Amino acid sequence: MTDFIHPALLFVLGALPIPFLGGSIRKAYLLLIPALAILAVVTMQPGNYGAAAFLGQQIQVLKVDKLSSVFATVFTIMALIGTVYALHLPRPGQHVAAFVYVGSALGVVFAGDYLTLYLFWEGMAFASAYLVFAQGGRQAISAGFRYLMVHITGGVVLLGGIILYGLSTGSLLFGPIEGGMGAGAYLILAGFLLNAAVPPLNAWLTDAYPEATVTGAVFMSAFTTKTAVYVLARAFPGTELLVWLGTAMALYGVIYAVLENDCRRLLAYHIVSQVGYMVAGIGIGTEMAVNGATSHAFAHILYKALLFMGAGAVIYVTGRRKLTELGGLYKTMPLTVALYMVGAFAISAFPFFSGFVTKSMVIAAAGQDHRALVVLALTMASSGTFLHTGLKLPYYMFFGTDRKLEAREPPRNMLVAMGMAAVLCIAIGVFPQQLYALLPYPVDFEPYTGLHVTESLGVLMFTAFGFVLFLRALDPENTVSIDTDWFYRKGARVFMWFAERPLARYEKAVSDVSETAALPLLYGAARAGLQIDLTGVDAVVNGVARSILRGGGRLRRLQTGIVTHYVLAMIVGVIAATAIFAVAWR
Amino acid sequence: MIKRVVDFFGAEEYAHQRRRLFYLALVLIVIADFLVPREHAEYLWERLPGWSALYGFGSCVLLIFVSKFLGHRAGLMRRVDYYD
Repeated sequence: MTDFIHPALLFVLGALPIPFLGGSIRKAYLLLIPALAILAVVTMQPGNYGAAAFLGQQIQVLKVDKLSSVFATVFTIMALIGTVYALHLPRPGQHVAAFVYVGSALGVVFAGDYLTLYLFWEGMAFASAYLVFAQGGRQAISAGFRYLMVHITGGVVLLGGIILYGLSTGSLLFGPIEGGMGAGAYLILAGFLLNAAVPPLNAWLTDAYPEATVTGAVFMSAFTTKTAVYVLARAFPGTELLVWLGTAMALYGVIYAVLENDCRRLLAYHIVSQVGYMVAGIGIGTEMAVNGATSHAFAHILYKALLFMGAGAVIYVTGRRKLTELGGLYKTMPLTVALYMVGAFAISAFPFFSGFVTKSMVIAAAGQDHRALVVLALTMASSGTFLHTGLKLPYYMFFGTDRKLEAREPPRNMLVAMGMAAVLCIAIGVFPQQLYALLPYPVDFEPYTGLHVTESLGVLMFTAFGFVLFLRALDPENTVSIDTDWFYRKGARVFMWFAERPLARYEKAVSDVSETAALPLLYGAARAGLQIDLTGVDAVVNGVARSILRGGGRLRRLQTGIVTHYVLAMIVGVIAATAIFAVAWR
Repeated sequence: MIKRVVDFFGAEEYAHQRRRLFYLALVLIVIADFLVPREHAEYLWERLPGWSALYGFGSCVLLIFVSKFLGHRAGLMRRVDYYD
C-alpha cells in the first residue's frame, strides 16, 4: 500500500469543491492543494504502484522514478505559482480547468502504462482548451476549436499507435520503445511530437496560446509541451530523428519570432525554439543530453511562465497585445519590467540565471557527441532567443516609442507570482547543484568555467550590438505570419467552399431534375398504369367473365329435360356425323 | 531601487551613459575571452578568442535578415485580416 496520495488525484478531485467556495476561503483552498501536491511529490518513494489488470492488460497507474519525480516537482511548483497569479479571478471556471489540467499532466508523468497515459493525455487537451474558450470572443473561440481539433486528432493517432504497439509487443507498459520502430511506434511518436509542437505539427501552439486568457496562457506555456518532452525522454531517448527535428525547431521558432507582432505569440514561438533544445537533447540520448533536456525543461517551465506572466500583466493592464500598439510602459510598470527581464535573462542563458546552467548542458552534450553542426545551430538559436525575448519584446513593449498608455502595476498577487518565478530562475542559476541532484542520471558538468562564461557573454552581448545597429529593421509590423495552421485554416475554408458551392449545387441540380423531370414522369407513368389497369386489364377480365356468364345462360336453355328433344338432337347428330363421314371419306 | 535601474535603461537623459557602458562591456568581454584558459576546447572555433562575439553578431544579423526576407519576399507575412 502506498503511504502517499497520487498528486494527480489531489488536483482532479481537489478541483471539485472550488465552485462551492467563495472569498478568502477559496483563495486559501486554491493555495493549499498545490502546496499539498508539492509535499506529496517530495515525499514519494521510487517504485511501481497501483498495478492492476484491465481487459487482460497490465495496468500500472503510478510509476515513480527520478525522471517522473523531477517533472512532477516542477509541475507542482508551477501549479502553485500559476494559482497565485490567477488568485484575483472572480469566477471559479478557470481555476477548475487549471487544476484538472495540472492533475492530468501529473497523471501522464506518473503513468506506468499507455492506457493510463492516454486517459490523462486527453484530459489535458480538454482542460486546457477551456482556458482558451474562457477568453470569449470570436477569435478565441475559433482558436479554441482549432486547438481541440488538432489535439483530438493527435490523440486518435496516439491511441492508434498504442493499440498497434500493444498488439505487436503484447504489453502496454510505458517505457522505452521495444522491438524497433514499427508502425505503432511511429504513430505514438507522432502523437508525442504533436504535443511537443515539433514543426510541422507546431501551429496549434502559436495559434491558441496568444488567444487564451491572461492567466490561462501561463498554465498552458508550462504543461502540454513539457509533458510531451517527458514522454519523449521516457520512450524515445537516442532516436536520431529527434536530434534534427529539435535542432530545426530551435531555429524555426526564432525565425518566426522576428516576424511576430503579438507579444504572447512571439513568446509562444520561443516555446517552440526552447523545446527544440530538449527534443534535440533527447535525440542525442546520452546521459548528459537527457539530463540537459530534463533540466532545461525544469528551468524553461519557470522562466517561460515568468515571461508569459509579464506579457500577461501588460495585456491585463493595457488591454493591448500588439507590439505596434505598446511602448513606454517602463515608467508606470517598473516592477513588471524588472521581473520580466529576469525571465528574459534566464531564457537567454545569461550567467547566474537558470538557462545558463541547463541550456548549456544540452549544447555541451551535443559537443561531446561530436555533433558540430548541432552545436553551431543551437548557439545561433541562443542568439535569436536573446534578440527577441531579451531585447526586441521588452524594447517595444516597455521602452521604445511612448504611446502614453494609461498603465499601472498589475494586482499584487500577479507580482508575487512573478516574484516567486524570478527567485527560482536566479536560484537555479546560482545554485545549479540543487537542480542537478534531481536529474535522472549523475551529473558531471560544470557550467561556470571561464571559457563558457566569456563565450556566452560574447554571443549574447554581440547579439545586443547587432540589435542596436539594426534596430529599425526589427520594428514590429502589423501583420500575421503564415505557419502550418494555414493548411487547416485555409483547408477548412476550401472544404466549406466545396460543401457550399459544388456539392450543394450538385445536390440542388439533382433535386431539381427529380422535381421537374423525374417526378412528373413517375406520376404520369403511374396514372397511365392505373388507366391501363382500369380500362384494359379490368375490361378484359370483366368481358371474359360476362361472356362466360352469357354462354352459360344459353347452354342452360338447351337443357329442357324433355326426352323427345334429346332424341331429336341425337338423330340430328347421327345424320350430321354420317354426312361429315361421307364427305370426309370421299 | 528597481525603478531607478529601469529608468536608467529607459530615460533619454541616460542615453549617452548607457551607450558608453554598453561599449565598455563589449570591449571587456572580448578582452576576457583572450584571457580565459582554453585547454578543454573541443572544436577549432572554440580555440579562437573572440569567436563567440563574432558568431553572436553574425547570428543576430543573419536571423534578422533571413527572417525578414522570408516574411516579405517569400510571403510569410500577411495582412492582419488574412484569415477573416
